Amino acid sequence: MTATAPTPVIGRPLPRVDGRPKTTGTARYSADVSLPGLTHAVLVGAAIARGRITAIDAADALDAPGVLAVLTHENLPRVTAQPPLLPSLAGGPSPGQTFCPMQDDRIHYAGQHIAVVVADTYERALYAARLVHVRYREEDPVAVLDQGRDQAYVPEKIFGGLLPGRSARGDVEAGLERAEVRVEATYTFAPNHQNPLETSSTTAMWEGGRLFLHDATQGPAATQHTVSVMLGIPHADIRVYSHYVGGSFGAKASTWDHPLLAALAARHVGRPVRLALTREQMFTSCGHREEQEHRIALGADRDGRLTALRHHKLSLTSHFDDWAETSLEAPAQVYACPAHEGVYRLVRGNTMTPTFMRCPGEGSGMFALESALDELATRLDIDPLELRLRNHADRDPASGKPWSSHGLRECYERGAERIGWDRRVAGRPEREGPWTIGLGMASAVYPIVPPSNPQRARARIYADGSAVAQAATAEFGTGAATAMAQVLADALGLPVERCRFEGGDTDLPNVASTVGSTGAAMVGSAVHLAAVALRDQLIGRAVADERSPLHGADPGAVVPVDGRMALRDDPGTGESYAELLTRHFQPDAEAYGSFGPPQGEPPAAMITLGAHFVEVAVDGELGRVRVRRMAGAFAPGRVLNARTAKGQLMSGMLWGMSQALLEATHMDAATGRWANPSLGDYLIPVHADTPEVTVDLIETADHVVNPLGVKGVGEIGQSGTAAAIANAIHHATGRRIRKLPMTVEDTL
Amino acid sequence: MTTQKPTATRPTDTGPLPVRGPGPVPVTLTVNGAEHRVDIEPRVSLLSALRDSLLLTGAKRGCDQGTCGACTVHVEGRRVLACLTLAIACEGRPITTVEGLADGDELHPMQREFIACDAFQCGYCTPGQIMSAVALLDEGHASDDDEIREWMSGNLCRCATYPHITAAIRAVRDTTSDPS
Ligand code: FES
Ligand code: FES
Repeated sequence: MTATAPTPVIGRPLPRVDGRPKTTGTARYSADVSLPGLTHAVLVGAAIARGRITAIDAADALDAPGVLAVLTHENLPRVTAQPPLLPSLAGGPSPGQTFCPMQDDRIHYAGQHIAVVVADTYERALYAARLVHVRYREEDPVAVLDQGRDQAYVPEKIFGGLLPGRSARGDVEAGLERAEVRVEATYTFAPNHQNPLETSSTTAMWEGGRLFLHDATQGPAATQHTVSVMLGIPHADIRVYSHYVGGSFGAKASTWDHPLLAALAARHVGRPVRLALTREQMFTSCGHREEQEHRIALGADRDGRLTALRHHKLSLTSHFDDWAETSLEAPAQVYACPAHEGVYRLVRGNTMTPTFMRCPGEGSGMFALESALDELATRLDIDPLELRLRNHADRDPASGKPWSSHGLRECYERGAERIGWDRRVAGRPEREGPWTIGLGMASAVYPIVPPSNPQRARARIYADGSAVAQAATAEFGTGAATAMAQVLADALGLPVERCRFEGGDTDLPNVASTVGSTGAAMVGSAVHLAAVALRDQLIGRAVADERSPLHGADPGAVVPVDGRMALRDDPGTGESYAELLTRHFQPDAEAYGSFGPPQGEPPAAMITLGAHFVEVAVDGELGRVRVRRMAGAFAPGRVLNARTAKGQLMSGMLWGMSQALLEATHMDAATGRWANPSLGDYLIPVHADTPEVTVDLIETADHVVNPLGVKGVGEIGQSGTAAAIANAIHHATGRRIRKLPMTVEDTL
Repeated sequence: MTTQKPTATRPTDTGPLPVRGPGPVPVTLTVNGAEHRVDIEPRVSLLSALRDSLLLTGAKRGCDQGTCGACTVHVEGRRVLACLTLAIACEGRPITTVEGLADGDELHPMQREFIACDAFQCGYCTPGQIMSAVALLDEGHASDDDEIREWMSGNLCRCATYPHITAAIRAVRDTTSDPS
């Protein structure tokens, strides 16, 4: 008799393990932590965008009831060192920008933190913050691209030095030259802000020379490393907790200055300090998606086969960093195009360094590319889906390698079926009263970034047969804790109810920040390897133990099932983990797992793909656009939990709708200040904006990406979405909108 | 906006109104069935009083400006934005927060359905969504999905779990005879 393979727990749509704390209000976020003697800090931001502070007077603030301290550049200790800009995926210090406020009197951007007020209650700190009187010498800011176009330059590197400012493959000039059809167009993008519902918050406490931070972050270790370097205290003396994070979307992917300021304030007043940014400060404290424009030139033959693609981007960055979101790389890999040129041009302005925002780069790059392809389809009178199929990339056009897994054709098929794409092929747009119905589609792509250093986890099993896996990752809504319990359960052959995941603490095994849709793959692989190591350790123990029924067995013939180790071919022979551990007076056993970095060149190119199909209704009289249905199909490799994965993809698609139709932070060019820094004025979707959304998962086997074959679902839902909507609007109205967001003014 | 604030009641006698504040004054709040005396300044919002004085941190501060709904609680059975409500104005008015919904270990049907429908991700908007949703059913504003969506639109979810929240509310509406 052979043991029937247990049904894997991985993939099952299990409900989230954090349902109870999150629905009962007992989940503690960083600003919910209460500590004895807790005080409250409120930041003061600069009222000008460029210039100097000529005087700062804190006397009134200090006189206000309950105020314990006011810190400004005049009395704040200088930072020890400024770490270089590096995305937190790299695992080390990762400041959001290389400028630290409150070191001198210079103002580089509006809202720049210039004072910290600490008081015994939040209200008192908030009130006293308004009593800090500041005088400035103001200079004219550069706040929008139009003010600095003539100053644009091509940086040698962008993105923390990780990517070149200019890249090319093939001969783009020649490709455009021999093209029978050319599309040239410019697409523009308003700046955006991430606006997680939880504002960035840090609660800081010193004890015995050690610093404890409760920080809302995508990477507790990134906070630890960054603050450690800036304060000049040992990494080992800082412990960061991040048990629940109220969303991030990139705002909390890097470490900005507020955790440092909270730490310094706590040291100054000798009491714990909670520093929670206000909503308005969320617009000037943790980066943004930059204002940008993309110029595309693409050439094709009469059948629509691409001959060349030139994709140039111009965007605004800060005075200190060459940052652009990476808009040009993944889009260059979607289609079989022999020649490609990508160039970033930057203008330095009076803003913070821009940063990650969900689908950072692909969200803008794919809007430009997928809109341009639609323009090409119209020009050639080819169905947009057919055009994409004709340019299907059978291999990676960038490296020439085969794909580790793909699945795009299946995504097209599934999505087209869902939305009823035949209707579009069959005829003119349908009408319903004032509404014209349009259908549009676009491809979706997101890169896969391998770990740059070992991603570690620990698995422990107790003598009662319950198990826990640990890694220092934060849970900010991805469902990581749920999926990791599933990974642990499968590797150990335990019921999932006996398995738990614990993260959110830098004293746990180190993993990089959960960014770039890598969480499931990186933490999942580490947990999987730790659990497999633990299982192998226990099996090894059993086969070597004379008192075990498995004594002398080939370890390779022993499998874990239902909390037992048993012979694959004779499941009756075996014993439980509990029996083994108890016999050896062992209360528990544990093992580490370490994933990556990859050794040598991977044999295949790795990428995540998908497709969007949307139906919009456009009111010809009022210009209103309603997205009615969105159908997304994605091929994210193996899915750890179908429910949470679909949830992430659905959210990403709604983010794409939001990017398409709602989100813009308006810069007042004259003052250099954001004009709409509130959730009342910065529009994001509400319940009433929500269309019908369907998500299809196309599972593909992938033996290259990582031991679990997992790609990622956090962001691809948003890649290409805005283009699908623009293309649907074009279908309905014949009007091509080349800017985001697309608003009533554009459709009227 | 779907949130209502409690109507003010006037003192019945015509004597001078007692002056309270601006420093901390004793305020009695009835929260989730228990009476609490807190010393707070009259300018303190109900949200701050719950979070900082009573350590009931279920209600969240997403904006402090009445734009996000994360701070939604019930005052006298009606949903209010705790960030725009003065705590001192809630004396004598029973307050329910998300911490008071469950009956011991037994979750409220809305909490159960939020879990069953995967109606949250980061969970930060969730206490507000749940408090709004419970009130929505009491108000009779859940006849169809459009009405649910309209009357829930004061509660933002940046994780955009909206379709699942609607599903959870629908499920509670359809399965419980007494949704409160
Ligand atoms: S915190 Fe009250 S509405 Fe946002
Ligand atoms: S679950 Fe994150 S804001 Fe709603």
